[in-house]
Amino acid sequence: MSGDTKMDNTVNLTPAGSSDSAPLLKRMLRMRETGLIVIILGLFVIMSFASPYFLTWANMRAMSMAFAVDGLLVIGMTILLISGGIDLSVGSVTALAMVIAGWLFLSGIDPWVASAMAIALCTAIGAFMGFFVTRVGLHHFIVSLAIMVIARGACLLFTGGRPLGLYTLPPEFKFIGQGSIGPIPIVIVIFLVFVIAFDFMLRRTTMFRKVFYTGSNEKAAAYSGIRTKKVIFLTTTLCSTLCGVAGIIYMARFGSAQPTFGLGLELTIIAAAVIGGASLNGGSGSILGAILGVILLSLVSSSLALLDVSVYWQDIIRGSILLAAVTIDHYLNKRRG
Amino acid sequence: MQDDVILRISNLSKSFGPVKALRGIDFELRKGEIHAVAGENGAGKSTLMNVIDGILQPDSGKIVLDGDPVKISSPTMAQQLGIGFVHQEIALCPDVSVAENIFMAKTNVSRSWLMDYRKLERDAVDVFRQLSDIDPSILVKHLSISNQQLVEIAKALTLECRILILDEPTAALTEAEAQTLFGIMRKLADQGISIIYISHRMVEIFNNCDRVSVFRDGQHIVTQNVAEIQPSDVVNAMVGRVIDNLYPQKQEMPSDEVILDVRNLTETKRFRDVSFTLNKGEILGVAGLIGAGRSEIVKGICQLEGDVTGEVWLNGEKLNLRNYQDSIAKGVVYLSEDRKGDGVFLDLPIAANVSALNLEQVANGIGLIQSGTEEAQAKALGHKLNLKCGSLSDPVSSLSGGNQQKVALAKMLSVNPRLIFLDEPTRGVDVGAKSEIHRILRELATEGVGIVVISSELPELIGVCDRVLVVREGRISGQVTGDEMTEENIMHLASVMDAQDSVA
Repeated sequence: MSGDTKMDNTVNLTPAGSSDSAPLLKRMLRMRETGLIVIILGLFVIMSFASPYFLTWANMRAMSMAFAVDGLLVIGMTILLISGGIDLSVGSVTALAMVIAGWLFLSGIDPWVASAMAIALCTAIGAFMGFFVTRVGLHHFIVSLAIMVIARGACLLFTGGRPLGLYTLPPEFKFIGQGSIGPIPIVIVIFLVFVIAFDFMLRRTTMFRKVFYTGSNEKAAAYSGIRTKKVIFLTTTLCSTLCGVAGIIYMARFGSAQPTFGLGLELTIIAAAVIGGASLNGGSGSILGAILGVILLSLVSSSLALLDVSVYWQDIIRGSILLAAVTIDHYLNKRRG
Repeated sequence: MQDDVILRISNLSKSFGPVKALRGIDFELRKGEIHAVAGENGAGKSTLMNVIDGILQPDSGKIVLDGDPVKISSPTMAQQLGIGFVHQEIALCPDVSVAENIFMAKTNVSRSWLMDYRKLERDAVDVFRQLSDIDPSILVKHLSISNQQLVEIAKALTLECRILILDEPTAALTEAEAQTLFGIMRKLADQGISIIYISHRMVEIFNNCDRVSVFRDGQHIVTQNVAEIQPSDVVNAMVGRVIDNLYPQKQEMPSDEVILDVRNLTETKRFRDVSFTLNKGEILGVAGLIGAGRSEIVKGICQLEGDVTGEVWLNGEKLNLRNYQDSIAKGVVYLSEDRKGDGVFLDLPIAANVSALNLEQVANGIGLIQSGTEEAQAKALGHKLNLKCGSLSDPVSSLSGGNQQKVALAKMLSVNPRLIFLDEPTRGVDVGAKSEIHRILRELATEGVGIVVISSELPELIGVCDRVLVVREGRISGQVTGDEMTEENIMHLASVMDAQDSVA
């Protein structure tokens, strides 16, 4: 229908003329990331007038600590969404990493070894889900829903439902979660390293380009010689591995392992990725966008807290932001298309 | 023919932003006629049909139905006015029975609380009596594409329409099914129903329609009785220039050098003992009814699907392919018949589509994609194929069907293939792009690339290929070459039941 009218305004491709480089500014303005940055900066300005406490170092630090570790989960989720999958188990697998590492530590194992074992377990859980999705042929949604419940059950089983106090963790271990290099918390450093590395890889490497192909059209990818099942298996596994890493950092930060940690976290993470431009149909998304999404959600939460808005309102507001972001994007895309 | 006009459109225009899709169109449809509408993609014929069906609203102009000026504001209203539209894309509910699909619109406006399934099926049998013997109780997803098309047509017929619009209904049908459809169309026309028939195929237009209207660039060019106009005139009116030869020149000097040698290729369920060769410079066609195993054989050679035994030799080397990755590495590629389904990545940029088969070519030593190299590759191949596009970073979905197909072809050419299997390479492609694709295939063959074309369109096979293999029920039932290449001979080999092996 509309495709029928397209021919008229197209230009003939000549060797000389590529319109790609010229309107860089225009392209930037179109980008979702630019819109998010504007909104975040706007909120910043409003909040610095609204609350004297907002622009203090302590608040900035607390806020960035809040989104930094979740940022790792968002990276894994975004890549998985791009490949066409989804993972509902991130909250409980993160908690499980914490609980398993804490439990092993309390049984007398070196905390670094215990952490490595917990991360390995999360990787295995991811591989297990990947197996059910790619080999058995079940849907990501169902498989990860089952794992979400199982992992949470395992957390409660290992702890008897009570937080494990890890007061004897050595200071160099706690340093990952609580320490700073100069004024910058280690957590932020880890976060930035992951963001920069994954953003770069996602945009530039052949390995991750295959993730886009697979998510955009799995059959066309297979018909281009791409092993799509392997790609989906790996993105599923990566997401769970990053949950493991996040769980360990949280453990070091809290000095305890909480079996009920991260209830409902999966929805925040998926919301952040989608606000940042990831499509639930696969094939699109960016790390930068997703990180801006998580920053926006975290900024809104802490702003509401500073403004003494009831916590009960917070979920309502965050849900509305998600709906608004997706709706606006839908219309922008329509106009562009 | 009766001369009473049922639908008259005068001076109708429609723009999308700066694009003028329709410019002052005049069109009239007589009662009980089959009126062909021809034009390249982008000519405005789909826009016009969407206006008639109420999907789009015109900017200006008049629509007069049966003498009364009307404003068709929605497809529902079009239905009430007796206008039925069978879209090219099948829009049925796959998990619901044939009968329920047919009466979907009626159920929608029904005032009864409960579904009367038995009545539904009885009514469906009535509707189908004149069409085909499809069992109305089976689920639509179990039907072949061609039968689904018939269900779409049946659906439109239940609305007791006076005007029936068919948008390229034969694209997915076999020759025999298409003939049945034409029979039905004529019967409907004799009952006084007016049919607008959109098609690219001259043979269909000239054998089955009463009049033909040609559109180009949003304008109405000509309307004529088919008896008073030549196919070549219609084609020239469509493209706006004289195409003296629809198909490129054939191979002049046959070569003895064998590129591809397939021996006793067998796949337990779908084909047996398939043996053939392809010589250098030759374009080999593969004909056969849908379901005969044409696509399955070439997909088997590429290791895209199926568990195949037998030998495949390429340029004197025996291929031991384990999967399609191996096949690409050896330079054997497959252009899919379902462009949107598995041929291109519609929402990814053109450049990223072209590079998909071998990313290493556009990456550096440590696996980083060099976007400059990637764009240069797409630009070079786009230029070679005369691809019309805005920017190479636009998604493929922004292109017309013919240009999308060129992207799919560029994707194949990006790996410098030695052998290309093309499955329906010009399906849904307009006349201009079609003859360009044919020209490119001939050039590639002359350069020494092996070209094997599968097509359901016999004139295309006869026009483009030097030799045509015919597949029937998973076996090669024969081959034709030179003057023997006629539609009759091919159809005979494709459908005759008493098999006599004339394999070369």
